[in-house]
Amino acid sequence: MRVHVDSSKCQGHNRCYALAPELFDVDDLGNAFELNDGVVPAGLEDKARLAVANCPEFAITIED
Amino acid sequence: MTDTVYGPVTDWATDFDHGAPEYNNNIHQIWDDLKAAGCPIAHTERYGGVWLPLTHDLVKEIAYDPSRFSSLTPVVQQLKPSEALKEDPDALGAPIGPVPPISSDPPFHADARRLLLPAFSPKVIDPWRTEVEEICNKLIDDMGDVDAIDAAVQYTQHIPVLVVAQMVGLPLSDADRFRGWVDMVLGGIGAERSEERLAQFMAMDEYLTKHIEDHIENPRDDLTSYLLDAEIFGEKLSPRHVFGTILLLIIAGIDTTWSGIGSSLWHLASNPIDRRRLVENPGKIPMAVEEFLRAYAPVTMARMVTDDMEFHGVQMKKEDRVLLPFPAANRDENQFANPAVVDIEREENRHAAFGLGIHRCIGSNLARLEMNVAIEVFLKRFPDFELDTTEQVTWSTGQVRGPRNLPFRIKARA
Ligand code: HEM
Ligand code: SF4
Repeated sequence: MRVHVDSSKCQGHNRCYALAPELFDVDDLGNAFELNDGVVPAGLEDKARLAVANCPEFAITIED
Repeated sequence: MTDTVYGPVTDWATDFDHGAPEYNNNIHQIWDDLKAAGCPIAHTERYGGVWLPLTHDLVKEIAYDPSRFSSLTPVVQQLKPSEALKEDPDALGAPIGPVPPISSDPPFHADARRLLLPAFSPKVIDPWRTEVEEICNKLIDDMGDVDAIDAAVQYTQHIPVLVVAQMVGLPLSDADRFRGWVDMVLGGIGAERSEERLAQFMAMDEYLTKHIEDHIENPRDDLTSYLLDAEIFGEKLSPRHVFGTILLLIIAGIDTTWSGIGSSLWHLASNPIDRRRLVENPGKIPMAVEEFLRAYAPVTMARMVTDDMEFHGVQMKKEDRVLLPFPAANRDENQFANPAVVDIEREENRHAAFGLGIHRCIGSNLARLEMNVAIEVFLKRFPDFELDTTEQVTWSTGQVRGPRNLPFRIKARA
């Protein structure tokens, strides 16, 4: 599984970073980016889905 | 005050009044009735003409379209923008607006916003936790050993003021004064434009001007000095810009967070099962806070229509205002399962309490920290409390909604 933040949609609500800091980080302006090229380590799939389900701007996508 | 200068509302679909106490008191019923009557966009001739869209789709579309919907007037006042400009010819018009960046439009907006973002990023805000914990604990210490408290007057209203004051470098001893001003600016939109109100505005103006002048002479390590030193397009910010942004931080930072904490505590006083769950498992507080933000979102914003146009079947005119009720979007059944149910463990929660699009609340990380800590500390110190039904819970008026009186009976303390 891989996650991806569309930086043109992300407005820095920081929900992803709060819910899954293993998968996302934020820059100095508070905009998010995926860690580790977006690769979701085994066992963290639920956290990835949780981040997607809580991004108000629909900026995060998952690829299986 | 029970009515605004416009008198009693005759029909909420065609004559609504967002400044009337009745609106915030019955807000969920009013939206439900409008939607049941098949009205996705309500209208009023009050305040020079205002529209009220009610669905998540409409709110999002408007928030994402700053060219047709300008941010020049984030709060709907009685005067139209062109009338207000006549009264104060020095006011900053579009695209900057009186309180940048919330009143700014692209392309200026992005630059004005970028100045502030680093000061509010999660990694800069997180260390404020200790400070907020101390503030909350001290407020509870100050209540003494009483069984009856007003949690709004003695607790929620003080927390954000003390934090914002420290950030912008205002004396904490003046906190009550500027909280009063903020309440007047936001809560009094429908009140008579009396001499007394005008005098209050002048006093606020003077106070903040002095505050800024003092920082020009004696720079310190706070946001005011940071802004005075900052540059935009290679030039220092104009004094009017710095003034507007400081005013914005005070206005945007205080009533909003006070309301968010208050609505959360009101919910916990009214729902003992939820309160017990959080007392027993404080780790669930962050998720509950997101649900309180969804269900009781404090902030409705506004936009100004830039040109005559048709929008989803209604004819909007240039300078009409459009309310952006993020709280109503948060209760849209096309976006949230069982939106009227407050479920503190809701897993899918794309709520829009902090806005959508380019104006996303700059203070959202700070507001979340304050809400989490305020609830955590309150539940720890008062693990059992309930509404004191012999006294009245009261709600604010205007575009920021939250309890202004929260009579609680304390049943256990730790
Ligand atoms: C629970 C508390 C809060 C809520 C619900 C809230 C809500 C909002 C909303 C909905 C917007 C979007 C405005 C728009 O679309 O026009 C906004 C913008 C803003 N908020 Fe907050 N806010 C809160 C707390 C704070 C705090 C604590 C601060 C700072 C101390 C703050 C500073 C700002 C600023 C500067 C903007 C303007 C952003 C821009 O225009 O780019 N807010 N807020
Ligand atoms: S939750 Fe969405 S908008 Fe917020 S930082 Fe993450 S990707 Fe960006």
